[in-house]
Amino acid sequence: MSEFFKALVSEWQDFWFLAGRAFANIFRSPHYWDDVALQMEAIGVGSLPIVILTGFFSGFVLAMQMSRALNTYGATGQVGPIVMITLVRELGPVLTALLVAGRNASGIASELGSMKVSEQIDAMRALGTDPIQKLVTPRLIATCVMLPQLTIVADFVGMVGGFAISYFSLRMTASQYWTPAYQILEFNDFVQGLLKPFIFAIVISLVGCFYGMKTSGGTQGVGRATTQAVVVASVWVFVLTAFITRIFVNL
Amino acid sequence: MSAGAERVAQAGTVLEFDRVDLSFDVKVLDQVSFRVEPGETRVILGAAGSGKSVLLKAAIGLLRVDAGRVVLMGQDITRLEEKDLVAVRANVGVLFQEGGLFDSLTVGDNVAYPLENQQVRGAVPAEEVQRRVTEALRFVELEQTMDQYPAELSGGMRRRVGIARAVVTEPPLVLYDSPTAGLDPITANTIMALIAKERDAKGAASIIVTHRYQDGQIMADFRYNSERGGLIPAAADPSSAPRTIFMVMREGRIVFEGDKASLEASRDAYVRNFVRR
Repeated sequence: MSEFFKALVSEWQDFWFLAGRAFANIFRSPHYWDDVALQMEAIGVGSLPIVILTGFFSGFVLAMQMSRALNTYGATGQVGPIVMITLVRELGPVLTALLVAGRNASGIASELGSMKVSEQIDAMRALGTDPIQKLVTPRLIATCVMLPQLTIVADFVGMVGGFAISYFSLRMTASQYWTPAYQILEFNDFVQGLLKPFIFAIVISLVGCFYGMKTSGGTQGVGRATTQAVVVASVWVFVLTAFITRIFVNL
Repeated sequence: MSAGAERVAQAGTVLEFDRVDLSFDVKVLDQVSFRVEPGETRVILGAAGSGKSVLLKAAIGLLRVDAGRVVLMGQDITRLEEKDLVAVRANVGVLFQEGGLFDSLTVGDNVAYPLENQQVRGAVPAEEVQRRVTEALRFVELEQTMDQYPAELSGGMRRRVGIARAVVTEPPLVLYDSPTAGLDPITANTIMALIAKERDAKGAASIIVTHRYQDGQIMADFRYNSERGGLIPAAADPSSAPRTIFMVMREGRIVFEGDKASLEASRDAYVRNFVRR
């Protein structure tokens, strides 16, 4: 039992150590901007199709479900604002983060894990490069830049999905849907809608890198690291969204 | 003379282990002490898990030792910080077990990596990098693979590219971690010939971890023939013979240290496992 807690504390400590070094490296040269750009492409552009698809259908389904409930009160006109609030505050950031966790935390963990087990990380150190500077920091920066942007795309496409239902099925006009939806948004919504993906980005990239860098035990170990990275990153997305929402609801 | 070689000349010893202990869950290095002089070849034999690879990693500070002292190029690296270690490591070439090549970079970029990334070296001009990479790849006879990726090469070729990357900076010490593991005997001999060539052409000290006795035998008994290429028996010119010392490890301890003759004369049952006649 005590061994288990010891391992847990030691892992927690290692994670913060990695996080600290990764952040400190942002302000330290050398900077590997080529790697940052490559990662931005892999994480941002690469995730775009799936984020658009998922965003559209989440708005689409949300509008369908809500219209049925709102119909009971004769308030189908409120479907725009409801879809908007739900997407911007919660669903947009969380769904996008989960997709990126599934796609990129796993990708990062397996890439770094393979490098670890084939001694490429040791080689990097032996040849004079700090692997955290070269591998972790670029992924951290790239995810922090791309995830908020992907979330904005998901929010917008989700709204379009909601509009499709409102227009074709509820027979609303464009201004009936978009005007109240736009008016309901407050500054507070923007802040939490963009703060969340930023924090999720830190967690997703660092968790992916952490499990990748501590991989051991050959190909099997790479598989294990990948799974752990996705599970842990996803759980943290849910836990953190609950915390952040709790803070903002009271503001 | 390079800066690294100068420092070695002053220090006299390339690498020194002084009562080094290192353990993970079990002890992997137990009171390990030895010294490697400039130009010397040291062959480390031992069963799998006897601590050979760990010893190499501890030698360049990739692993921290729990007790004792590691002195590399005259500098005590035992408590050195990672950023200071980088400068000392620039004097050492390393061939990792599976080559340790970066599979996202081409062969040429892999070999250029130490030249472009070791900051102690200062910025090496692009033409100079190109020239030295070509030279290093020619050394291992793989010039034509410059633009290929490591995954496209055979195991033996990857090992040769790994050697090119290890020696491109002309370090005074080169570490080889199981250079012949998993290779057929013919390829293995080609690799050992390259290692002997590096030793005899550049005069670098070498530490070779292996479980093949023949690898050590090649290093002890043969010299690289610079006129005609290939290896020739050292007996033809004994004066040119660099020192070759054998070390046998067992469960983290050095159980034997000495030259080839005394290794072959050893009566220890464990040591005799590694000697084939």
